[in-house]
Amino acid sequence: MKQEEIGLRVRRIKHGTVIDHIAAGQALNVLRILGITDRSNEVVSVVMNVSDRKKDIVKIEDRELKPEEVDKIALISPDATINIIRDYEVVAKHRVILPSQIEGVVRCMNPNCITNTDEPVRPRFVIHRNDAVELHCVYCGRVISERIADFLI
Amino acid sequence: MIRHVINITDLSRDEIDRILDRAAELEPIAHRGSSNILSGRILATLFYEPSTRTRLSFDAAMKRLGGDVIDFGPIESSSIAKGENLADTISVISGYADAIVLRHPKEGAARMASEFSSVPVINAGDGAGQHPTQTLLDLYTIRKESHLSNVKIALVGDLRYGRTVHSLAHALSLYNARIYLVSPDQLQMPDSIKGDLINSGTRITETTDIDDIIDVVDVLYLTRIQKERFPDPGEYQMVAGSYRITNETLRNVKDDLIIMHPLPRAGEIDCEVDASKHAIYFKQSFYGVPVRMAILSMVME
Ligand SMILES: [Zn+2]
Repeated sequence: MKQEEIGLRVRRIKHGTVIDHIAAGQALNVLRILGITDRSNEVVSVVMNVSDRKKDIVKIEDRELKPEEVDKIALISPDATINIIRDYEVVAKHRVILPSQIEGVVRCMNPNCITNTDEPVRPRFVIHRNDAVELHCVYCGRVISERIADFLI
Repeated sequence: MIRHVINITDLSRDEIDRILDRAAELEPIAHRGSSNILSGRILATLFYEPSTRTRLSFDAAMKRLGGDVIDFGPIESSSIAKGENLADTISVISGYADAIVLRHPKEGAARMASEFSSVPVINAGDGAGQHPTQTLLDLYTIRKESHLSNVKIALVGDLRYGRTVHSLAHALSLYNARIYLVSPDQLQMPDSIKGDLINSGTRITETTDIDDIIDVVDVLYLTRIQKERFPDPGEYQMVAGSYRITNETLRNVKDDLIIMHPLPRAGEIDCEVDASKHAIYFKQSFYGVPVRMAILSMVME
């Protein structure tokens, strides 16, 4: 299937952001990372398992996401691309860039970590990228390297 | 200038060497001496779980430097019993003291405390996490009683859960040490730490049999093997017995071998060994005082 045909599955948006090349099955986690819930005001379209289950697409209308908002997506979908749309035209396109640190997105998997208590501290991780993405807890040192989506807050 | 002391891996080799040099300068004062290096300064010791020896060692260190120590007394009567969180306690106490020593059951507590404190925080153990002053006193002991560079050291016992040996192994990797890991199969050093050591260029050898290596090493570092780690008490008896050091075990060791143990021991070393020239674990414990004096003076001077 060609790109234009895929686009037809969901109508084109006039203004907003299209996140393309999301790893298949991760679209809902992308929304979670972006903080978009059923109580948000944005009009959001989600297409999952496009192109023979190779990718998901998310379209968010009337909101242009800033790089620092979207780069967190790289945690679960490092190949995602961000397209900023104005008047049906793509005015900016870039790939997500894995940040070197993230705060408040993922919780620490160590139940005895200080971030999993009532203390006023947000979980923070330093990100390493070897073969896979690794999150090192700044507080207890525990490393999350698999199934990162399971630890999304 | 060192600010907080949270994790041994935060310190460079140069910073560690400076702490050990300072400890060597202060050691004469630690032996029944006194000084006014920190007179007028106040150290707060906040122990959320008991560790009498560590607390006394910090107390002694501060007092040998001429400073004062405050603590919050029995936990039951303090604000912690009333549910105050650690962050608030640190914010308050850092207004009263010039430095804080913290021991806390949660991992990462000291790192968090350092973010809320206006004065230096020294980690005296956080859960199963870090205990950097123990590592520094171990390094000081090795340097003083043997040698650090290229040392051949056997880490023996519970290498899986023992945080002391994890931190020590990381620190030794800065000194081109040759490390022998001696443990029963079920208590082997975690792969992540072995990976770090190998990546740092450290040569490691694993064995379950202490006799394989005891005659070639400069340092024998023993740790406690805890009964709770074994579902079967009989198996514990057997394993613990095979790592017990007696004068007989030491028959063919190097003349200048030193035996270390973070104490308290639980039968890993027979009391008959205490009189041997190899036994330096009580000195090791004493060296906690000059090393903590060095740290206190470097964060507060
Ligand atoms: Zn953690």
